[in-house]
Amino acid sequence: MKSIIKTLIAVPALVLCLLSGGTAVFASEEVALDTAPINLKDQASLQRGAKNFVNYCMNCHNASFMRYSHLTQIGLTEDEIKSNLMFSTDKIGDTMVSALDPKDAKEWFGALPPDLTLVARVRGSDWIYTYLRSFYRDDTSPSGWNNVVFKNVSMPNPLHDLQGTQVLTKTGEKEEHGHMTPIMKLSVDRAGTMNQMEYDLFIKDLVNYLTYMGEPARPARTQVGVIVLLFLVIAFFATLWLKNEYWKDVK
Amino acid sequence: MASIPKPLSAPPLGGLPGKLLGWVDDRFPLSTLYKEHLGEYYAPKNFNLWYYFGSLALLILVMQIVTGIFLTMNYKPDAKFAFASVEYIMRDVSAGWLIRYMHSTGASMFFVVVYLHMMRGLMYGSYKKPRELLWVFGCMIYLALMAEAFFGYLLPWGQMSYWGAQVIINLFGAIPFIGEDLAVWIRGDYNIGDATLNRFFAFHVIAIPMVLLGLVAAHLTALHEVGSNNPDGIDIKKNIDPKDGKPRDGIPFHPYYTVKDLVGVVVFLAVFTAIIFFAPEMGGYFLEAANFIPADPLKTPAHIAPVWYFTPFYAMLRAVPSMFSSQFPGVAVMGGATLILFTLPWLDRGKVRSVRYRGPIYKAFLTAFVISFLILGYLGVVPTTVWGQLSLLGGVDTATLVARVLTVVYFSFFILMPWYTKIDKEKAEPLQVTF
Repeated sequence: MKSIIKTLIAVPALVLCLLSGGTAVFASEEVALDTAPINLKDQASLQRGAKNFVNYCMNCHNASFMRYSHLTQIGLTEDEIKSNLMFSTDKIGDTMVSALDPKDAKEWFGALPPDLTLVARVRGSDWIYTYLRSFYRDDTSPSGWNNVVFKNVSMPNPLHDLQGTQVLTKTGEKEEHGHMTPIMKLSVDRAGTMNQMEYDLFIKDLVNYLTYMGEPARPARTQVGVIVLLFLVIAFFATLWLKNEYWKDVK
Repeated sequence: MASIPKPLSAPPLGGLPGKLLGWVDDRFPLSTLYKEHLGEYYAPKNFNLWYYFGSLALLILVMQIVTGIFLTMNYKPDAKFAFASVEYIMRDVSAGWLIRYMHSTGASMFFVVVYLHMMRGLMYGSYKKPRELLWVFGCMIYLALMAEAFFGYLLPWGQMSYWGAQVIINLFGAIPFIGEDLAVWIRGDYNIGDATLNRFFAFHVIAIPMVLLGLVAAHLTALHEVGSNNPDGIDIKKNIDPKDGKPRDGIPFHPYYTVKDLVGVVVFLAVFTAIIFFAPEMGGYFLEAANFIPADPLKTPAHIAPVWYFTPFYAMLRAVPSMFSSQFPGVAVMGGATLILFTLPWLDRGKVRSVRYRGPIYKAFLTAFVISFLILGYLGVVPTTVWGQLSLLGGVDTATLVARVLTVVYFSFFILMPWYTKIDKEKAEPLQVTF
């Protein structure tokens, strides 16, 4: 009898392990992603990321669910936000909407650039971190750019002045599942204003900011969580004592 | 035989409180209700871990209603504003993120708790005479809960909301002859749109919750009429102490089980809040990544999977091959898989209730049933190509084949039950509960 119960408990546990250790639900990319060095406590990085976002991404993309005023959460004052980050509006309660006309965008890129407020929750930080570092020159695509992580993406590399121009070249072959597949490698063909380390840091700050923007409540959530769990640990011992006290007379 | 605790009746109230209680009791059966359902409701003293999930389900129901009320204060059931209003709740409403995560996590945890509660019923034969109606009400609650979850899932108006609803409404479209008209009638439009969102909102916040509350009341009334079953599956009312007329193996629900359930509540809340505060998306199972993209009728997501609690049935749907170019057989199997639960009390011909005294055949069938349900649940989440193809069988997807076999296992647990419970070698039940 005991063993049956044990099996019944062990099986769901096993399945849960399979689920968590196994495939991510929406993973369809074959490219191995780099881990984004996210640190939401690093306010300086978040502030630099916000600046990068406003200067480079918001030329085309919106963050239409994010208000400028919320940037006070990452240690900026309202005056700093107004003078350094707000270009398309002068009301601090406004959302971060690009000055780009949607009609023009459609004509230029074939589609509206997606809203980026929640992009970190849709794609994951690692994906964005790898994606923004994986553009390469491709003369066969309409924009002249392609991406290793997102094949035939319609977005050109807006950061090539900083990163330089990358190209994708074949460096060798390896055997996989019985047939030869080429090993492709990205390399900088024409240098930009930043070296690779500087560029990686630039992207790290940006992705850090995007991650924060996807869920501004996240720092508060984990903080409150610790307190709540500590309270529940105490509550557990208190209620357990109460229960044992009553159950003493049940024989 | 040791002493059994007597109900802890409070000393009769004197003075003004006593008079007040008397005044109420003359007009409303307050003291009687308290005695019948708490103070002198005798529950078996040998409840184990599995018996926490009923009270936890009630707790979650209350939590969902309360958080739901606060969400409706800021949510806008309008295709233009719905997605943005959810983000408004997450960002601009004080503690809005907490309320929303409580509600979204609560939905999934409701199913976790209800599945464990149903598992308890299966293991200890809690559906057997005289608890058939109790079980039937429970199954109706489960169906209502699935409807509630389905209607609610459209409301955030994300991509998965939209396309998940599309898939499920199209299932109704697969019903022969009336299907197409039925699907239009459900949507209120030829496509999922504002009309659909508005009616789903109405069902989610008013219609289904009222049905749920009514069913829960019926479920509890039936329970308190026949009394609780227990892990030994024996009837405690058959063993009455002649001195006080109370069951020897029973203890008053209050205070014994109220204080015990309180411990369960705290442990549950620890798990629940750990998810809310540290993993509200639960790796994409509780909140799907694609649902952070606003609904777009022109862009179909690459992989549409329903939320995890529907996936065992979804896996069955996909496993059944379509006939005469109609998906209907799969839909029928999926519907049958939920409806067959209702018939359980009349399929079981075993003499004993609890798995503790059942024979090996029943145990084997129950284990196979649980395993098949879990694996089907996993297969419903992933694409059918997950385990590759079998070249031996003409390149059929391995996962589809496994799902077919497991669907047969799922149904044979029920269909073969009258046979295997009859021939099974059961053990003798004890006279009193083991404690």
